[in-house]
Amino acid sequence: MSVNYDFPDYEIVRNPDRCVKCRVCERQCANEAHYYDEDLDMMMCDSTKCVTCHRCVSLCPTKAIKIVKTDHTFKENANWTSQAIKEIYRQAESGGVLLSSMGNPNPLPIYWDKILINASQVTNPPIDPLREPMETKVFLGAKPSKIERNEKGEIINNLSSQVKLEVPIMFSAMSFGSISKNAHESLARAAAELGTLYNTGEGGLHKDFYQYGANTIVQVASGRFGVHKDYLEAGAAIEIKMGQGAKPGIGGHLPGAKNVGDVSMTRMTPEGSDAISPAPHHDIYSIEDLRQLIYSLKEATNYKKPVIVKIAAVHNVAAIASGIARSGADIIAIDGFRGGTGAAPTRIRDNVGIPIELALAAVDQRLRDEGIRGNVSIVCGGSIRNAADVVKAVALGADAVYIASAAVIALGCHQCRSCHAAKCNWGIATQRPDLVKRLNPNVGYKRLVNLVNAWNHEIKEIMGGMGINSIESLKGNRLMLRGVGLTEKELEILGIKHAGE
Amino acid sequence: MKITANLMHFQALNSDVRNSPDKEIIIDKCIGQRYIGSGLSGKKIKINGTPGNALGAYLDGASIEVFGNAQDAAGDTMNEGEIIIHGSSGDATGYAMRGGKIFVQGSAGYRAGIHMKAYEEKIPKLVIGGCAGSFLGEYQAGGVILVLGIGQDESCPVVGNFCGTGMHGGKIFLRTNDIPKRLPKQVAVSEADENDMAEIAALVEEYCGYFGGDSKKLLSDKYLKLLPNTKNPYKRLYTNN
Repeated sequence: MSVNYDFPDYEIVRNPDRCVKCRVCERQCANEAHYYDEDLDMMMCDSTKCVTCHRCVSLCPTKAIKIVKTDHTFKENANWTSQAIKEIYRQAESGGVLLSSMGNPNPLPIYWDKILINASQVTNPPIDPLREPMETKVFLGAKPSKIERNEKGEIINNLSSQVKLEVPIMFSAMSFGSISKNAHESLARAAAELGTLYNTGEGGLHKDFYQYGANTIVQVASGRFGVHKDYLEAGAAIEIKMGQGAKPGIGGHLPGAKNVGDVSMTRMTPEGSDAISPAPHHDIYSIEDLRQLIYSLKEATNYKKPVIVKIAAVHNVAAIASGIARSGADIIAIDGFRGGTGAAPTRIRDNVGIPIELALAAVDQRLRDEGIRGNVSIVCGGSIRNAADVVKAVALGADAVYIASAAVIALGCHQCRSCHAAKCNWGIATQRPDLVKRLNPNVGYKRLVNLVNAWNHEIKEIMGGMGINSIESLKGNRLMLRGVGLTEKELEILGIKHAGE
Repeated sequence: MKITANLMHFQALNSDVRNSPDKEIIIDKCIGQRYIGSGLSGKKIKINGTPGNALGAYLDGASIEVFGNAQDAAGDTMNEGEIIIHGSSGDATGYAMRGGKIFVQGSAGYRAGIHMKAYEEKIPKLVIGGCAGSFLGEYQAGGVILVLGIGQDESCPVVGNFCGTGMHGGKIFLRTNDIPKRLPKQVAVSEADENDMAEIAALVEEYCGYFGGDSKKLLSDKYLKLLPNTKNPYKRLYTNN
């Protein structure tokens, strides 16, 4: 028997005084970490199977279980960390590419936390959102550069198609397949109630969700899954996925085992086959080619749908965005390197891409410098964690933000980062019917509505504090931001002053 | 309805095509206008000249016949309908098509039939009379590609390099005696059997119906069949971390 070099990072600790052997933990754990030993008449556990999702902890009626970080450790070494050693063991064992989920967990800089927001004192008094109207409505789409009039002097409507958001927050792309149908239903219904949009991701649109079309962004990715005329017509906007923050430069694929039943039907691909989204679109090698895809989609939908181009935040993001803003796209979505994913190679997730804060500031500045900022709206995503992040993003130049990790956390995700195993105990990142039904969309959608409404209140509070009553006046208003503990270069890229200046 | 395209902007041309109440539309003097027939259903378009890129993208049941060559990405993501090209077509012909048929009398460029799919009763068919460029049927997930290789010789083989890279579904038929060079390892080659020949015969008859030619003679030759080794090419590539 070969030696198992692995040891669990977290241990299941059960308090025998409290455990009543009801076996709820055993039934709830799809990873089979808990089991009952009849001879001993005891609940037992195998911590190596635990993914630290806290499902058992949450459902244990006597609160007998806790999951603790193990104090078992390799001999301490700042270079060869426990994680580095274990990853080598895993690869030496399997020869496989390391696969992870959700966003980059490493302690790289989070610029949001080094940016502080202004407030009014004495002059330009703060506004109380409880008694004054505050506007957080946003219109996404290209804005005309000039007012045109006809011979009679009347204004000609030269506005291209727009989408209206009641809140500056949308749910970003998560495909049906990577997440469950109940998760999609929760997102769709929440978007409808909030007056915002959710995003199908690249897995197509389930027939049950066409009814939420006015609140749906339909995505077109390199695999073109589920893309057909009715699908394109169904959404409020069409998003071309060029890249994703968690895995810039690489495609994705849904393993054949997950491409079954409704998932395969919605993707319109053969059941049981891998659903492969190649890294590039095979007809896009240039901005001109991108323009071609944009216009083929506009032609197919009679110019009624704004087209979003989503890219990952990478080194040359400003130049790329400049090209996109000239390509006929209406909206650019930029996804930062902390953005989540249902599965990505660990090395890519943890090492490729740049922080969204720097990318966003660079793109907004570049488009302003070139006089083409009005050609497009900018949406940013990649780990927006709270209302303050939203306010900072808007002040750095975003028209709206995308949230996905925060949305799934609202649905019960505990960030155990095991989505790729497809055994999500919270019914989100799984297709197993017994697990999916744990997520009740009637409850789920309400939690999403609560979250976004709460954030919207907070955004209004923060705006009011700055003496700003419309989110339009906050957009790109970098004077409202100051940095702390940042270098000259970082401040220069962010386009903000240091606190105290 | 008859439209003389000449220097018309594609937007004006396509708007005329879309808004015309006529079921049959003839476009004369087409010189590179793009996106003709994008997402179209229920119409029949005849094009004299050279339509531009993305001809019949997302086509949804309409029928397009081109008397001339087509450029890149003809039939991109088409769902239903047919595109008949009396000439050759450019790169990425039939990219990600899910249903319907494309017949190209002459040759096709690189990456034809890339990421073709199939879905329930929809089995797309791409027939190329001449030769196909490299990367034919890359990432193919379903459907049928047939290359007749009419006029093939040593300098112009029936298909270029790396045919079927990443293929994980569908099939490719090639009228040739020789196994193409530089086939990737996920593709298995065999000679077409009786059932295959029946499938090929139907397509060859249809091809000859559109473009002429001796179907009996074409069918008397040897055909190779390319199939993927697996429908799960990425299995075992990964280790959970």
